[in-house]
Amino acid sequence: MATRQTRTLARFMMVPSVILLLVWMVVPLAMTLWFSFQNYNLLNPANVSFGGLFNYRFFYTDPAFFQSIWNTLVIVVGVLLITVIGGIALALLLDQPIFGQGIVRILVISPFFVMPPVAALVWKNMLMHPGYGVFADIARFVGLRPIDWFAQYPLFSIILIVAWQWLPFATLILLTSLQSLDGEQKEAAEMDGAGALSRFVYLTLPHMARAITVVILIQSIFLLGIYAEILVTTNGGPGYASTNLPFLIYRTALLGYDVGGASAGGIIAVVLANIVAFFLMRAVGKNLDK
Amino acid sequence: MRLHTIILGLCSASAIAFGAHAESITIATVNNGDMVRMQKLTDDFTAKNPDIQLQWVTLEENVLRERVTTDIATKGGQYDVMTIGTYEVPIWAKQDWLLPLDNLGDTYDAGDIIPAIAGGLSLDGKLYAAPFYGESSFVMYRKDLMDKAGLTMPEAPTWEFIADAARKMTDRASDINGICLRGKAGWGENIAFLTAMANSFGARWFDENWQPQFDQPEWKNALQFYIDLMKDAGPQGASSNGFNENLALFQQGKCGMWIDATVAASFVSNPTDSTVADKVGYALAPDTGLGKRGNWLWAWSLAIPAGTQKAEAAQKFVAWATSKEYLELVASKEGWANVPPGTRTSLYENPEYQQAAPFAKMTLDSINSADPTHPTVKPVPYVGVQFVAIPEFQGLGTTVGQLFSAALAGQSSVDDALAGAQTAAVREMTRAGYIK
Repeated sequence: MATRQTRTLARFMMVPSVILLLVWMVVPLAMTLWFSFQNYNLLNPANVSFGGLFNYRFFYTDPAFFQSIWNTLVIVVGVLLITVIGGIALALLLDQPIFGQGIVRILVISPFFVMPPVAALVWKNMLMHPGYGVFADIARFVGLRPIDWFAQYPLFSIILIVAWQWLPFATLILLTSLQSLDGEQKEAAEMDGAGALSRFVYLTLPHMARAITVVILIQSIFLLGIYAEILVTTNGGPGYASTNLPFLIYRTALLGYDVGGASAGGIIAVVLANIVAFFLMRAVGKNLDK
Repeated sequence: MRLHTIILGLCSASAIAFGAHAESITIATVNNGDMVRMQKLTDDFTAKNPDIQLQWVTLEENVLRERVTTDIATKGGQYDVMTIGTYEVPIWAKQDWLLPLDNLGDTYDAGDIIPAIAGGLSLDGKLYAAPFYGESSFVMYRKDLMDKAGLTMPEAPTWEFIADAARKMTDRASDINGICLRGKAGWGENIAFLTAMANSFGARWFDENWQPQFDQPEWKNALQFYIDLMKDAGPQGASSNGFNENLALFQQGKCGMWIDATVAASFVSNPTDSTVADKVGYALAPDTGLGKRGNWLWAWSLAIPAGTQKAEAAQKFVAWATSKEYLELVASKEGWANVPPGTRTSLYENPEYQQAAPFAKMTLDSINSADPTHPTVKPVPYVGVQFVAIPEFQGLGTTVGQLFSAALAGQSSVDDALAGAQTAAVREMTRAGYIK
């Protein structure tokens, strides 16, 4: 039983870690805010002045700004759809007792250990290249014209690559949740005459809801910041078709060592991420409180 | 008090351990073949200078650029010698961030450095970085396909000839593309090629008052020419091809011609990697008769940051690594074909080198025909052939590169791409204070 004293004590004990966390978070954020109001280019140190909101105005009047926000959201939603649906399907398959189960599981999980730029390069040059990629060979084999993935569907190609990387993560989390489903419940449902579909919809899916929420939340955090895959494949092109917010910040500010502009872009990204997180938590976060 | 004694003791102990007078200099360098070879050969330097020790920090090109730029801009002082390109030198020299190299020794013979390269590494007549390796760009072509098309490549072709030959060499049925050119967006990717190409069409990035020039007819001609040519004779997926992708295509025999860095010559003519090694010919980058060719100029160079405490040792190292003796050292150990190219005139006069590298003369002629201080037909306020040596160029170049790659992918028209580039350039230049 927690008495008032022990609760006070507990709070007291938490103080150091809370302070550390705050310092860790607040100091960089405050510095970023401060820099975002400065005209400050690292390569031109003689010319530092207070710029007010100029950096923000410059950033959001960029012709690529709104498209990049849209692209960021499309990437997040697209990858989430593929990984959650594909993850559930894979987890259901892997949950079956099959020969060589352990090896199959490791194989399924392995894409997660490939570094993003490496994965992107492999996809770009060995799979999707319209000249010598595997997809092009398949297309030619069945008599079709090879698709020039990065020119015709740049954003979709990137979603595909990122989804391939994150699918194992979703599968892994969902598989563990499936394995915790009580076998007796399944049997009981079966004896009551529930078909495979209704067992899935009324038993398995509700059981996995919490794991799905975790997958969505964790992935969204990382997917908002996708960057390496874009850099090595399309460099944000053609046009602004595959420019997302992190890449826009990189291009407008970091490439030119523009500290002020990059900070302003960073703050805008933080605000956006919070908006997304807010809606996400409202939509799916309730599952976690149960 | 006691703590101080202990620290002092530790310091002196380590000083003894590393030799009483040894001075250690830290060198940041890029991980390409010539630089890695230099690290293996440093025994020669340490034997001649036993009191200097070398610490290496070897990084991939983009990481290196980021690290050394941050270090020098924040006066971090981590490095005593930095490997930088022709893009950085004029910018940094202007900020007084680099030491002028005026003490490289009596035998150094700075006059032997190829004038075009020296021009790109100097400011107000003072040399701020010593070239280690230099390159330009030229045409590599398949002699067999050229014969098949019934054409002969002149030593100095025009764009008209290149386009005509490319269209004739293209054979879609057997997967042969007449020409492979860079298309991937980026200031060091398609913009490097297109800026150099546009120079030969008489286009320029900015006029004397830093006013962007994408609304001028020269740019329209150049870009339209490029897009039409790539549509008729280029490979599929060209809008995401950079140097490495085109290299792979050429090595597999899928390109009739390829215009890119002179350093590629040693890759395409290497029989272990290239299926077409014995069929490659070389020619100067094309022109349109306006007096400028579409080739660029790049040199990885060694520079000394102004903040270093070990300027003397650093200069000794720079002098050693970029000397004639170093070239001979590499030749004696690894053969003339592996000598870092493009820095010294005397190398190209050496008959042994000419024999080992059949593309030597073409490389030298290409380098000589590029002039970083007068890159294009009309006067410009900037230095640089395939770039504009201002800090804002990396970001702006990448934006423009994205727009041009969209035009190549057929997602926007040439006019739209140029209009977008003009808007972006005016925005960026106004913000940076160039346009008053």
